[in-house]
Amino acid sequence: MLSKNRIFTNLYGESTPSLKGSKRRGDWKGTKALMAKGTDWIINEVKASGLRGRGGAGFSAGMKWSFMPKGGKLPNYLVVNADESEPGTCKDRDILRHEPHKLLEGILLAGFAMEAHTAYIYIRGEYFREAEAVQKAIDEAYEDGLLGPDAAGSGWQMDIHLHRGAGAYICGEETALLESLEGRRGMPRLKPPFPANAGLYGCPTTINNVETIAVVPEILRRGADWFASLGVKGSTGTKIFCISGHVNHPCNIELEMGIPLKELIETYAGGVRGGWDNLLAVIPGGSSVSLLPKEICETVTMDFDSLAAVQSGLGTAAVMVMDQSTDPIGMIANLAHFYHHESCGQCTPCREGTGWMMRILDRMVAGEAEAEEIDKLLDIANQVEGHTICALGDAAAWPIQGLIRHFRPLLEQRLKKAA
Amino acid sequence: MSVKPLFQNEPFVFSQENQEKIEKLLARYPKDRKVSAILPVLDLAQRQCGGWLPREAMEAVAELLGVTPLYVWEIATFYTMFHLRPTGQHHVQVCRTASCYLRGAGKLTKVCEKKLKIACGQTREDGKFSLEEVECLGACVNAPVVQINDDYYEDLSPEALEDVLEALETDESVKPGSQTRQKLSTAPAGYGAKPEKKGGRRA
Repeated sequence: MLSKNRIFTNLYGESTPSLKGSKRRGDWKGTKALMAKGTDWIINEVKASGLRGRGGAGFSAGMKWSFMPKGGKLPNYLVVNADESEPGTCKDRDILRHEPHKLLEGILLAGFAMEAHTAYIYIRGEYFREAEAVQKAIDEAYEDGLLGPDAAGSGWQMDIHLHRGAGAYICGEETALLESLEGRRGMPRLKPPFPANAGLYGCPTTINNVETIAVVPEILRRGADWFASLGVKGSTGTKIFCISGHVNHPCNIELEMGIPLKELIETYAGGVRGGWDNLLAVIPGGSSVSLLPKEICETVTMDFDSLAAVQSGLGTAAVMVMDQSTDPIGMIANLAHFYHHESCGQCTPCREGTGWMMRILDRMVAGEAEAEEIDKLLDIANQVEGHTICALGDAAAWPIQGLIRHFRPLLEQRLKKAA
Repeated sequence: MSVKPLFQNEPFVFSQENQEKIEKLLARYPKDRKVSAILPVLDLAQRQCGGWLPREAMEAVAELLGVTPLYVWEIATFYTMFHLRPTGQHHVQVCRTASCYLRGAGKLTKVCEKKLKIACGQTREDGKFSLEEVECLGACVNAPVVQINDDYYEDLSPEALEDVLEALETDESVKPGSQTRQKLSTAPAGYGAKPEKKGGRRA
């Protein structure tokens, strides 16, 4: 990828995140002129760019914004989801601490486009230093007149407030986030009504991921065509990939969508520890998607459609690499503990099912389960999937289904050996 | 979940500084929605009490926000960052999930237990340390990670973590962030250079 196409030029914090430094890098340039082109222009441009939400679900951002009612009696709200807690994912962290002004400018443009005067950034409580960095950026922007009653000289009033969470993965689910922001326990709401009709305080609300909002200013400045020319059909533009686990150089890196997984790991993350042939499996999009065995990793590309076609998903583009030393059953059991811990307890299939799956998997790791429990485990996973209010139940089931799909012989072998 | 709130047996009043902070916090939400501020207000209360929430503090928060004490307990038990028992001066949280698991988080927990002489979920008798295993902290490319109070300690080896704990034990200063990488930057060497020579994947 050509470096001129990179959006996050200070992703690694090599330069200052301050307003002065950000302006030098091109942020807040001509914001007023972009707004003067009107709300429809902004929404159409974002639609034409093909930008899909970067938080995991991959819904068209421009489409989402167009659902917001205009000129209603109730205020519209924009809420930025900075509750980054999907295991494997730490891309927003680098935006928040090193590129906060990209996010703030994006909020102004997106908020204006959906007629919202108030935006909240919901940041996970553990990101204390990141919250300090964002608050500093907000203060700088107010002082410079980029936010406030006449934001960036556009005549539009825009206020941005930071809201710190307090430790709950489920608050990354958009309606749980709204519950939490309203001062309640983070338990997801039934949809419909969708947040665009009744969201925060019952008012029309759009919830977007940090990365989705932070790329908007560059899309508007350089044009939808530029963004759409990058990446592949159905997955346009660039994306921050987080590569962690058994690679020689774990890193966050912004690249074009559609890059082959093998190239991503071998060229940009220093390669698999012990060489490519030492690879066992990869989880390509955060803990909630199915793992891929090495054969699939050889050829699959990193975009929404290709990964869905192999029964996995791009998710948050958090690539977790496992080498031959990994016990895949142990890895999935580790995730089962995570989902059991993070289940909000509202829906019975998830509250109980995550515990059952965790306990069976723990016994499988130790080789203490019976062979027929593989089917029992799959049955439980299938019964949790699709039977809960939010997608946490699905996310708990998918890694387990993937494990059984790709590593059934290993499971059988371990259980037989123990018997 | 079934942790009962404890009394600290002294009245709780927000400090002047915190009262000013609370006023600013409440201004962020609509006037009739001040319970929105419950998480940040509880966080201030917990900080003022030295890292945990005694019953008196939760009752004060309830009164301030116009909700019942039970409502506040429900919140405090739902969110993992609130503690209903005293924690240590240094609250050590070892990330156990996924990327950290792959890169040796289990060893880090053992280092902590051995060095601090407490098990997960315990607070040391002198009140200096408490230890906890937590779920994904969201710093996965710098795994394994340990959070101590507000700071992340990243790219840890067991030896590096021992050094950090030793420094805290003897009240020496210790720098948060990556403990084994030279630069803060997570960019791999030659990022961008190599593909550009080939003319880029698609320019």
